[in-house]
Amino acid sequence: MSSHGENSYYIPHGSYWPIFMSVSLTTLLVGFSLLLNEVPVGQIMMFVGLAMTLFFMFQWFRTVVLESEHGTYNEQVDLSFRWGMFWFIFSEVMFFAAFFGALYYARILSVPWIGGAGSELTTNTQLWAGFESMWPTNGPAELGGDYKIMGAWGLPAINTALLLTSGVTLTIAHHGLLENHRKPLIWGLVATILLGVLFMACQALEYYEAYAHLNLKLSTGVYGSTFFMLTGFHGMHVTIGAIMLTVILFRVLRGHFTPEQHFGFEAVAWYWHFVDVVWLGLFIFVYWL
Amino acid sequence: MSTATVDDHHDEHPGFFKRWITTTNHKDIGTLYLLFSLLMFFVGGAMAMVIRAELYIPGLQWVEPGFFNSMTTMHALIMIFGAVMPAFTGLANWLIPMMVGGCDMALPRLNNWSFWILPFAFTMLLSTLFMPGGAPAGGWTMYPPLVLQTGNAFPFVIFSIHLMGISSIMGSINVVATILNMRAPGMTLLKMPLFVWTWLITAYLLIATMPVLAGAVTMLLTDKYFATSFFSAAGGGDPVMFQHIFWFFGHPEVYILILPAFGIVSHIIPTFARKPLFGYSSMVYATASIAFLSFIVWAHHMFTVGMPLVGELFFMFSTMLIAVPTGVKVFNWIATMWRGSMTFETPMLFAVGFVIMFTLGGFSGLMLAIAPADFQYHDTYFVVAHFHYVLVPGAVFAIMAAGYFWLPKWTGHMYNETLGKWHFWLSTIFVNLTFFPMHFVGLAGMPRRIPDYSLQFTEFNTMASIGSFGFGLSQLLFAFIVFQTIRGGKKATDQVWEGAEGLEWTLPSPPPAHTFDVPPVIK
Repeated sequence: MSSHGENSYYIPHGSYWPIFMSVSLTTLLVGFSLLLNEVPVGQIMMFVGLAMTLFFMFQWFRTVVLESEHGTYNEQVDLSFRWGMFWFIFSEVMFFAAFFGALYYARILSVPWIGGAGSELTTNTQLWAGFESMWPTNGPAELGGDYKIMGAWGLPAINTALLLTSGVTLTIAHHGLLENHRKPLIWGLVATILLGVLFMACQALEYYEAYAHLNLKLSTGVYGSTFFMLTGFHGMHVTIGAIMLTVILFRVLRGHFTPEQHFGFEAVAWYWHFVDVVWLGLFIFVYWL
Repeated sequence: MSTATVDDHHDEHPGFFKRWITTTNHKDIGTLYLLFSLLMFFVGGAMAMVIRAELYIPGLQWVEPGFFNSMTTMHALIMIFGAVMPAFTGLANWLIPMMVGGCDMALPRLNNWSFWILPFAFTMLLSTLFMPGGAPAGGWTMYPPLVLQTGNAFPFVIFSIHLMGISSIMGSINVVATILNMRAPGMTLLKMPLFVWTWLITAYLLIATMPVLAGAVTMLLTDKYFATSFFSAAGGGDPVMFQHIFWFFGHPEVYILILPAFGIVSHIIPTFARKPLFGYSSMVYATASIAFLSFIVWAHHMFTVGMPLVGELFFMFSTMLIAVPTGVKVFNWIATMWRGSMTFETPMLFAVGFVIMFTLGGFSGLMLAIAPADFQYHDTYFVVAHFHYVLVPGAVFAIMAAGYFWLPKWTGHMYNETLGKWHFWLSTIFVNLTFFPMHFVGLAGMPRRIPDYSLQFTEFNTMASIGSFGFGLSQLLFAFIVFQTIRGGKKATDQVWEGAEGLEWTLPSPPPAHTFDVPPVIK
């Protein structure tokens, strides 16, 4: 490349991180598979794979952050990252859509059908006689036994308030960054992370309540399945988001990001808001209605 | 790390393994994808040979019924996720940056990772052949409750699909970012070559649907191992729910397997007809319409499952609507050829073959779209004939056309035209011998995915088997031609084909590792 000026696109070095990531992920997943097949070595392999995955992810991101701090990325590269993050979040939205789809399908179609709705009268009388359609339900076989539902206005309402507030504090931090005011930037981030952690604590408490006192489990029919899969994957995303925010906080403390260039910050902010919006969907359709 | 050292790598000459494992160059990664795809094409093809050997005559002769079902399942998974999709991604890697005047893909390291997940994912998938309980045998659509009876292979299959999904999503994000952000100045959206357009829309479909597949197979996993009841009526779920979620992914997926082929053919036909493509913008809008419709037709795969009547009607009519934009495309290709000064080099032969035989597959698709008729065709060999017509002389022929069309650009050598023509005619004769009889046995009621059949289907099955062996052997010729061209041959000119137009033909053949460092200006 002869005319490699200020404005030319940055093509990164060859890198071993991708292949290491593939090896790590494969170790993790083969380990998990073996664990599910009750092969003893599976568990160790899975945790080794997990540790490797996290380590190489850290290294890969570290490389990118260092390159960014050395000014190797121009505006066009920045825009590529933005498009990348935008479409990644879109793919995450579609992942949740699959589980929301399962929830709506069960509530609107399959449970009423088992109860004999529409033209499905014989389904009810011949296969599941005596089952009355309702929501929530653990199905005609009453899988998991008697249970109580998770009300919306206890912990879930508090969690909603926590996450919505964290969206506000993150925006305060963002404005601090844009206007070059470090104080709102740092404390906004700290508040957001704390609110995220508090959310996770409440969620853990809620799961404990569900298992210990409500007999509401993953095995509690389709209600338990949709409840724990949706809130579980959401909780996983909040955890990842909180970790990413923490990384951003450390980067801020080290003086990374300028009012002009701060893709890393914005990417994590987008992600956090996405997690927020998913929660609103959960609160309305899983807990409330 | 200073900016100066950052630039050094353009002059690096890493060793073999380091080059191919760590590469961030779109041309190298494109080559990796294409070679991997060729390998998987033969692995999946070998499985097809097992299937056809067993079906050569009635009765059970070569394999156990369970293994037969593993073969149909694995053949599909490997051909879809291992052969056709990586081939298109490889073509996207090689061609999109050159076609839009960009220096590389937008996210080169991610690009490397997208490829290097695949060998691991397919090693995991293929390893299930050697596991207690055998490879998955419930069909590539993985319907519960049948698929939940898979043995130790089950989690390996699920996770390999997750890995393939990660690879596809990351690859597609890269394609979208490249197209939106790496175009040369003046290359407005409606000046983009059609291969770029079709891939932009394909990438969108992939990003929208692969996560849904990931969700669906995750629910299968938890249903089997973690006592959830998404797909069990006893717990309030429904096995049919899986089919809905699966085909919400699955139908856009079949357009993922064909839209880039539309793009390829839209480059080749104008070149050899020596006329600009007829109706460029209608091609773009037709592609977008097909993509939109692909999201609202999925349940036509499930007409016999017991849907409410409104569902049957809605999905029947929406499916038939797809014939409109697809028809626009076919008419445009024909209009492009109309009164052109045509020559029939191998890529053009494959492209014309594509137009004719893909259209045949499209017509049988229309027959299947008619819900009451589908009750007769469902799960018969008629369906097998239909989707193999759109995927083999459709998608695969287009990929081969692309191979012959751009190989001279990539390698700097012309392929052997005589052998290329032999390859085309052998493939065309044998592919029809293989799949055309399947229409007849299907209409007569022969079910798919069964290793044995009634005596009256014997002749057509024997014909199909002979055709498939011939088709399989003909593809060895393709591999030979490709490697012969890589190793040497007549020097290719920069433009390669007399009528070729587009930025990639302005570059030397073969192009240097880094092209369009300084973006060209498009008038």
